[in-house]
Amino acid sequence: MSCFLGQVSFIKLKDVKDILGAEVIIGKEMLDTEVSSGFGCDLISDSLCFTKPGCLLLTGLTNIQIVRVAEMIEARAIVFVRGKKPGKGIIIMAEEKKIPLMVTGRFLFESCGLLYQKGLRSF
Amino acid sequence: MKMEFNVKGMDFTRAGEAAARIKKALQMVGMEVETIKKAVVVSYEAELNIVIHARQGTLTLLVHPDQVEILASDEGPGIPDISLAMQEGFSTAPPQIRKMGFGAGMGLPNISRCSDVLGIESDVGVGTELKAVIFNRTSGEKSCRNISTR
Repeated sequence: MSCFLGQVSFIKLKDVKDILGAEVIIGKEMLDTEVSSGFGCDLISDSLCFTKPGCLLLTGLTNIQIVRVAEMIEARAIVFVRGKKPGKGIIIMAEEKKIPLMVTGRFLFESCGLLYQKGLRSF
Repeated sequence: MKMEFNVKGMDFTRAGEAAARIKKALQMVGMEVETIKKAVVVSYEAELNIVIHARQGTLTLLVHPDQVEILASDEGPGIPDISLAMQEGFSTAPPQIRKMGFGAGMGLPNISRCSDVLGIESDVGVGTELKAVIFNRTSGEKSCRNISTR
């Protein structure tokens, strides 16, 4: 499920999908991509400042700026929590930038907890 | 190298484009990774401040061998109390902007945190000018001081 290299744990997106019972909106061909950390937040500024490249971004924000930020922080994928489905504009931009999108019905706290249990860490 | 971008108020579709292009430009010229990371935060927050609060403005990138300068100039309401605006958690963003994940009062504090030198000057009812300088860790100056934007 997860691979530990020193303090760093990697989880593949296909495992994230299974752990969270998530629906893949785009990026089905990229599910073998690994994420090295996770960050859950509903604030754009914090997502920009406290993440590291290669992370999985979990959020309830479904406006286009979350994709813009994901690109800038070099996030590997975005998981929308609380069943929030992204609109067409977000999907088009994420496709352009090759950022997989998933939706889970789970809450942010619960989603982060489940991924933490499987070895994913903030840093 | 100099790059200049026009930024339009309330245009959330294009918001962040300038910061994304600044990041790519800095990667192309081979700036230090940490410098790029800080420049991305500064340019994105400055760009979104223009989008959220001003009618229009410009974001300018100046690249030197040992440092990056980011200038943000806008036509807008201005900032009546800059020291208050610099406090974490202070925001004048309206509720609809907060629902988008902005307006947590972290924009200017984040800019300050990521800048080695920061100057902000504002005229109420006219606009705001911001100048941030980020030094390369290995080759740049390390001092932190306030500067004039003009």
